Amino acid sequence: MNPEHDYGTFESDQRIVAHSRYFAGLMGSYFFVRLRDEQKIVGARCEKCNKVFWPPRSTCGRCFSVLSLENLTEIGPLGTLETFTIVKYREPVHPRKAPFVYGIIKLDGADTSMVHFVDGVDFQKLAPGMRLRPVFANKRNGNILDIDHFEPLDSY
Amino acid sequence: MRKNVAIIGGGQTHHAARRHDVNQVELVNEAVRAALADAQMTIDEIDSVLFGNMEFFEGCHMTDCWLVDGSGAYGKPGLKITTGGTVGATIVGAGVHHVASGLFNKALCVGFEKQEEGDTGAILSGVAHPLFGRSLAGAAVGYFAMMATSYMAAWGAKEEHSAMVAVKARQNARKNEYAHLKLDISIQDALNSRMLSYPIRMLDMCPASNGACAMILADEKTARDRCAKPVWIRAMDTAHNEQFELDWRDVTTKKPIFSRVSASRLYRKLGVDDPSKYFDVFEIYEPATWAEMVWYEDLALCRPGDGFKLVENNMTAIDGPIPVNPSGGVLSTNCIGASAMLRIWEAALQIRGDAGGHQVVSKDIRRALATAYGGTNWTVLTALSGTMDD
Repeated sequence: MNPEHDYGTFESDQRIVAHSRYFAGLMGSYFFVRLRDEQKIVGARCEKCNKVFWPPRSTCGRCFSVLSLENLTEIGPLGTLETFTIVKYREPVHPRKAPFVYGIIKLDGADTSMVHFVDGVDFQKLAPGMRLRPVFANKRNGNILDIDHFEPLDSY
Repeated sequence: MRKNVAIIGGGQTHHAARRHDVNQVELVNEAVRAALADAQMTIDEIDSVLFGNMEFFEGCHMTDCWLVDGSGAYGKPGLKITTGGTVGATIVGAGVHHVASGLFNKALCVGFEKQEEGDTGAILSGVAHPLFGRSLAGAAVGYFAMMATSYMAAWGAKEEHSAMVAVKARQNARKNEYAHLKLDISIQDALNSRMLSYPIRMLDMCPASNGACAMILADEKTARDRCAKPVWIRAMDTAHNEQFELDWRDVTTKKPIFSRVSASRLYRKLGVDDPSKYFDVFEIYEPATWAEMVWYEDLALCRPGDGFKLVENNMTAIDGPIPVNPSGGVLSTNCIGASAMLRIWEAALQIRGDAGGHQVVSKDIRRALATAYGGTNWTVLTALSGTMDD
């Protein structure tokens, strides 16, 4: 041991890169193809629970009923803002540069909500209950960002 | 155990390299519905759901939450468990403890993996030590290759013995409708298959499978009331080693390593003198051919160094005196999070006489032993019996 040398707190940098490919399944495949090709949004109705779920799913978690393509039903496109936040800080992990708005949006006809961006809105006027509509991306490839964002209905 | 616990039903998916038709929830749901149907039970009757997979193999954390619709866990008490290759057996261990403690009467255990969706090689590198190993790490083949080289040098086994295990597994898999690799291969095919990492060839290794397994555990009263053929969990045992201690496996080691320690404790609990006679069938966790021969020795089915001779003499064939992996084992189907549970479920099917095409018929199957591997340094062993007399 060399007393002149610094053997202090050593740190090692490591990085793991992992790629994934997800299959959307029976209901998810239908959802993404309709979104991409027809700009339509679908949910799945459980007749027994009288609920419409987004995203659409093959089993009703509540009652365990099997749901299939016949249970798919169009929802939205208009929806209501349930709650929101205005992101003010910047982080590499953020999908957008701050400031931007995340909204929880319940589409008309659905019993569950989705998270999405709310653009084109005066931050001072944001409020739960605000009516929103989706703006679809021009170039769609079967991704939840085929809905580019939501915007207030009233500004148009 | 405080209270007796039985397997009163179970089910599995068809296992395959490609399951583009289903997402993860739908895959899991297939096994859960099969298990409920087998137990003639509805999801409402299940008290607790234990769920798991190999962490991040699908590139998705919190699978217990994302897959809750498919597993039937919505609103129920339960735990997520993730312990590497052992996970399927650890889930069962947790389920057994839940029921044996008297907390719950009916526990649903679910294990799955959809390997095609994730980057399993990259995630496996995360199993290596971040400071001392990760910069060197590849996938799982290397460990078994080191073990194989050591095994051949120490005991005089040949690559042909590995090929015999490879053939046994895939020929057994051909009898199992759910198995992934149903290959009609010969010893020559195995010896001619592509070298991955000396001396491990393609056919010496398990596949990457998609699949799920589910089992329902119950207390004694429920089992007797509801199940015509309960399979009793008679003992379970687990043991760990320190990871670097077994970074590679010196097959001649006399150290008290996880597999032998766990086996001897389990045998002591059950009063087993000769496990090769006490148990009628074995379902062991063999991701590589060589691991199977080492398991024979660690489980004391033969003396150290004699494992390859069991294969050579067809002792562990489906119609041999010590049938090992009539299902085709992990070498034929490896949906990691389900694999160790499949060992237990396949052992239970053998005891019930419900294994179908791969049922051992050359002898009565009353008792079975299932093993698991997690990383390469810990195990979960499960002893099953058709009666409570054992």
